[in-house]
Amino acid sequence: MALPRPRVQSVAWRGIKRSWQLYVFLALPLIWLLVFMYYPIYGAQIAFRDFYPGRTILNSEWVGMAHFSRFFNSVLFERVLGNTIGLSLYFLLVGFPIPVFIALSLNQLRTGFFKRSVQMISYAPHFISTVVMVGLILQFLEMRRGPINLLLQAVGFDAIHFMGKASMFPDIYVWSGVWQNSGFNTVIYMAALSTIDPALHEAALVDGANRLQRILHIDIPGIIPITLTLLILNIGQVLNVGFEKAFLLQNPLNLKTSEVISTYVYKVGLFGGVPNFSYAAAIGLFNSVLGLLLLVTANQLSKKFSKTSLF
Amino acid sequence: MAPTVQPLPASAIRIRESRVDQVFNLVNYTILSIFFVIILYPLIYVVSASLSDGAAVISGRVVLWPVGFSLAAYEKIFRYGSIWTAYANTVFYAVVGTSVNVVLTLFAAYALSRQDLYGRKVLTGLFVFAIFFNGGLIPTYLLVKDLGMLNTRAAMIIPQAISIWNLIIAIAYFRSAIPEELLEAARLDGCDDVQYFFRILLPLSPPIIAVLTLFYVISHWNQYFTALIYLSDKDLFPLQIILRDILVASNFEAGMMEDLKNMAERETMRELLKYALIVVASVPVLIIYPFVQKYFVRGIMLGAVKG
Repeated sequence: MALPRPRVQSVAWRGIKRSWQLYVFLALPLIWLLVFMYYPIYGAQIAFRDFYPGRTILNSEWVGMAHFSRFFNSVLFERVLGNTIGLSLYFLLVGFPIPVFIALSLNQLRTGFFKRSVQMISYAPHFISTVVMVGLILQFLEMRRGPINLLLQAVGFDAIHFMGKASMFPDIYVWSGVWQNSGFNTVIYMAALSTIDPALHEAALVDGANRLQRILHIDIPGIIPITLTLLILNIGQVLNVGFEKAFLLQNPLNLKTSEVISTYVYKVGLFGGVPNFSYAAAIGLFNSVLGLLLLVTANQLSKKFSKTSLF
Repeated sequence: MAPTVQPLPASAIRIRESRVDQVFNLVNYTILSIFFVIILYPLIYVVSASLSDGAAVISGRVVLWPVGFSLAAYEKIFRYGSIWTAYANTVFYAVVGTSVNVVLTLFAAYALSRQDLYGRKVLTGLFVFAIFFNGGLIPTYLLVKDLGMLNTRAAMIIPQAISIWNLIIAIAYFRSAIPEELLEAARLDGCDDVQYFFRILLPLSPPIIAVLTLFYVISHWNQYFTALIYLSDKDLFPLQIILRDILVASNFEAGMMEDLKNMAERETMRELLKYALIVVASVPVLIIYPFVQKYFVRGIMLGAVKG
């Protein structure tokens, strides 16, 4: 080294030195973050290369947007993207308002046995695993021995082959999700409702406001910020249709409506005889980028119209 | 800690209800009762079916309570070896994995909750950004493969060492539930950052530790996808993989049905086994969660709402 080390320590170094113990706490989590969250982002460049097992990332030939254009031009592109967005929006439309509604409703109850029971039981399905949940769905909708078809037949209808009809897949996917998560998703709204100043309700009571009016003019305005925040987050997740549930509910008969981006990436990249890593990585990257764009857009819109935003 | 004053819910204010409110209450109770029944009924049905006589289940005679009480399905599960290997594996992943999760999450949350941490904003941003943007399935898989973790127990634990959502909950808890003055007072007494964490912060953290433990235990217990992509050795499989074979693909271990002679009996037993297996696989998580439920609103979500 030609130059002597500068004696003046940089601001950064002094800052780190001052709280070095905190950095010790942060060391392992930070290493984990860089390795398992950020290295894969670096590795995602195989989407622009022809990567095969045995080659290194940098040794693989650069092919630019080839994999992306192959995906955009493939017959499955529209179907897979359409299913993904369709399922998500359907779920958002139905699954998002229900917990808000239930929370407002629950909040009107006096704390007691009934309220506690509703909360306890309605949270429970959230903790059931996806595999068991799909098992439950299949059991209930079974063609010959499932309770729903047994009931239909008992009252004189024909049995319905629920899992065999592609057109029914979105309904099954969305409404089972509503059953499983609506209860638990009320938790955050209940917490927000509990922070509303009781003086507001007292004043409204004195003015003769009834319960419905108090919900409309006190409770709903009180939970709008958290509701918007959650809505933005949900929009950011629109493309991330849960892999597990869609994958487990899939069968050859409903593939037309049940194939979504995440299941398609899995099949292209890790399943079957010849894994096509680069192509699958390109589809995955497309998904990530589009998801980020959606989140930023939703955030900007919310910022503009309601002053609520994540960042 | 001084007990916090709970705001009085509106419903606790007792004033003679007007006619409009009486109608409202009636409608409200009706809606919630229907919601309650819709959630509860399938749960009861599964338990009842698993305890019933197979013939009663497949002919639709089980409506609410068990018909022709029988433990046959549970006896079969008890003798089903691969389920118990998988059960033990899942317990291992849940115990070891959750320990790693909780320790790392608390460490990171402590450092990131300190206002005086140099570079706090950038570091927090680095964590949060990873929620919204990631490299995707394939690059992550290739990384795990290159690290030599494919088909090892580590693959079920290390790549999921921290859930960033849970980290945010923990940061919010530290910032909203622990008063800032505590740090200043401790410092005056000569407490350094390490001592402060172990002697002062941790003893005040049972609510957040309980919630983190619950969330992590459940995510390990329910983990399916990670095992699907990283594991191929049957001895390492967690419960969910075995469950998938039986519940979704209807693949039973050879020999499982040997004692049943005719096809109809086997068919019936298959259905019964599925119900019983759903119960066996879900009971552990459903038992622990009510104990932690009381912390949901008090500890974490309040911090999340305020922060």
